[in-house]
Amino acid sequence: MSILVGRETRVVVQGITGREGSFHAQRCREYGTQVVAGVTPGKGGTVHEGIPVFDTVAEAFAKEGANTALIFVPPAAAADAIMEAADAGIELIVCITEGIPTLDMVRARAFLAGRRSRLIGPNCPGLISPGQAKFGIMPGHIHRPGPVGVISRSGTLTYEAVHHLTRRGIGQSTCVGIGGDPIIGTSFVDCLRLFAEDPGTAAVVLIGEIGGTAEEEAAEYIAHGLAKPVVGFVAGLTAPPGRRMGHAGAIIAGGRGTAQEKMEALTRAGVAVVRSPAEIGASVARLLGRP
Amino acid sequence: MRLHEHQAKAILSGFGVPVPRGEVAETPEAAAGIARQLGGRVVVKAQVHAGGRGKAGGIKPAASPEEAEAAARQILGMRLRTPQTPPEGILVRKVLVEEASAVARELYLGVTVDRAEAAPVVMASEAGGVEIEEVAAAHPEKILRARAHPALGIEPFQARRLAYGLGLDGELAKAATALTTALYRCFVAHDCSLAEINPLVVTADGRLLALDAKLTLDDNARFRHPDWGALRDVHEETPLEVEASRHGLNYVKLDGSVGCMVNGAGLAMATMDIIKLAGGEPANFLDVGGGASAEQIENAFRILISDPKVEAVLINIFGGILRCDRLAEGVIAAVRKLEVKIPVVIRMEGTNVELGKRMLAESGLNFTSADDMAEAAEKVVALAGAAFRTSPRRVAPAKPALGKPRTSPGAG
Repeated sequence: MSILVGRETRVVVQGITGREGSFHAQRCREYGTQVVAGVTPGKGGTVHEGIPVFDTVAEAFAKEGANTALIFVPPAAAADAIMEAADAGIELIVCITEGIPTLDMVRARAFLAGRRSRLIGPNCPGLISPGQAKFGIMPGHIHRPGPVGVISRSGTLTYEAVHHLTRRGIGQSTCVGIGGDPIIGTSFVDCLRLFAEDPGTAAVVLIGEIGGTAEEEAAEYIAHGLAKPVVGFVAGLTAPPGRRMGHAGAIIAGGRGTAQEKMEALTRAGVAVVRSPAEIGASVARLLGRP
Repeated sequence: MRLHEHQAKAILSGFGVPVPRGEVAETPEAAAGIARQLGGRVVVKAQVHAGGRGKAGGIKPAASPEEAEAAARQILGMRLRTPQTPPEGILVRKVLVEEASAVARELYLGVTVDRAEAAPVVMASEAGGVEIEEVAAAHPEKILRARAHPALGIEPFQARRLAYGLGLDGELAKAATALTTALYRCFVAHDCSLAEINPLVVTADGRLLALDAKLTLDDNARFRHPDWGALRDVHEETPLEVEASRHGLNYVKLDGSVGCMVNGAGLAMATMDIIKLAGGEPANFLDVGGGASAEQIENAFRILISDPKVEAVLINIFGGILRCDRLAEGVIAAVRKLEVKIPVVIRMEGTNVELGKRMLAESGLNFTSADDMAEAAEKVVALAGAAFRTSPRRVAPAKPALGKPRTSPGAG
């Protein structure tokens, strides 16, 4: 079982003729994802590596029945791409693009309000339901199907965590990269709610980092009634204040958003907080009663 | 990107925010000339990217052009140390010479993006002149907030409510309303992540004046602001960070002895943390990007070994799709080309990892392989410690590098 995406998901890739879009559309298809259409304005009517290309998302939605969009559009046009997908009626919009101006995301989030679309990202690796389909740039082969949901603000750190789980024979239901930007579409709490309702998920791994209050909000939600065990890790204990650590959202501002605060909040909420990503596998195994 | 006070004030002034008359000087003589032109009392203010300048001696009042010259002579060329600067301080290259104001009240006005609300928020407080974070911690009730509509912005009634909340009335309330909307327009037009007037003062003769101003720009919006290049002051940035940004590397210099090179920001932070956990101190944050190409690895090595504190390097690459033999090839080539002498510990994960390890082992270079992050951290910390004990340049404690001696004319 899984959340948000699975075998039946039909994806349109926005920016499919670009280098990244083209490369990852192929990798997704190889993994088993139904890549039914691509969108590149001006290239409608062509076929890219066997995938029909349209000028607009609305056409891809109408003609190919796409219900999910995967965005590889460059930063200057990415917020527009998100809004176009939402306007076309796409249910799930996954934006991989890194470097979108914050005020563009303010607009995009306002545009999404009141519409039925859910946005994952931006500045994220996407999401994968192992053994079914993947929607993003993560290496598929490190995953395996199983009972652990993974939510993370970081890309390669998520792969690291998944790798430790898989090496112990513990598979994943769905892994969601929610993104490293200050303004994102789907929060830890949103994902925790979905995992709470998913019968295929028995435990959750939550990977946070410095900046913002998303981990504290997750702690609040967990403390008030998530019945499933959670293992947590927060990156950035050694990060200096006031400096952006790679991700636009990873900054300790005005002394707030430190890893220490977040770890303490999660611990108080009953989360098994580990000090190193290398301990995630062992901690989950303990909680699931596995060797 | 941060701006200097004088840059922020020039921009804000263009939006109709009242600022004191003043100009920038690079020499004491120029400061005297500006003071003469302004006439009367002035304030000489160090232009560096850090708050807390007043307490550190970077802001001095002057009653005459002669006093302004003397104040500028003291400030220009000094290394200003405040709680917001690196321990060695920041070299002052410019001062702002401004007319002095008789202050009746000190207020705070700022705009930033509320991450949770996904919208800009205007904050106002009658506790001006101190860091807003301190007010937020000690007296959160003293901060008034108005959430802007993401598309429509801030409405006059919201700005009025803030003005009345600050205890302003009559003409002052009207002026504050106009000033608030002007600040908001500037915030949006210049893609700011922070636009702050602190203090916003009420003068003795009943006017509003932005006595200090701070603008921080959203680096992601650089592509649509061709004018930002001219606003950047590379002197305010660590030289190695400037060099890294030229190669598209995300690098933040820290104080430790273990250099690290990692793909991905989250993994890079986690790598720093695990070095600390193993008893070492990370020398930097460095994200070489998802692909970790041979060219980026060479650029990254060049930057890491330019930091004299680095005693050992940890490379942590989670490849996934990346082939480890290619990665090993890139690392070996960079170490040979740059003649890297310090020990290098490599932990990599991905396709052909065994082949990659064998290539490193057979290269005859100073490589140590590790199977996971924890093991890699322990190994690199041990090696850095050993280097610390044996390295000849560590026998006599080196003086901390304080940068170039000051050379600006008249700065002595």
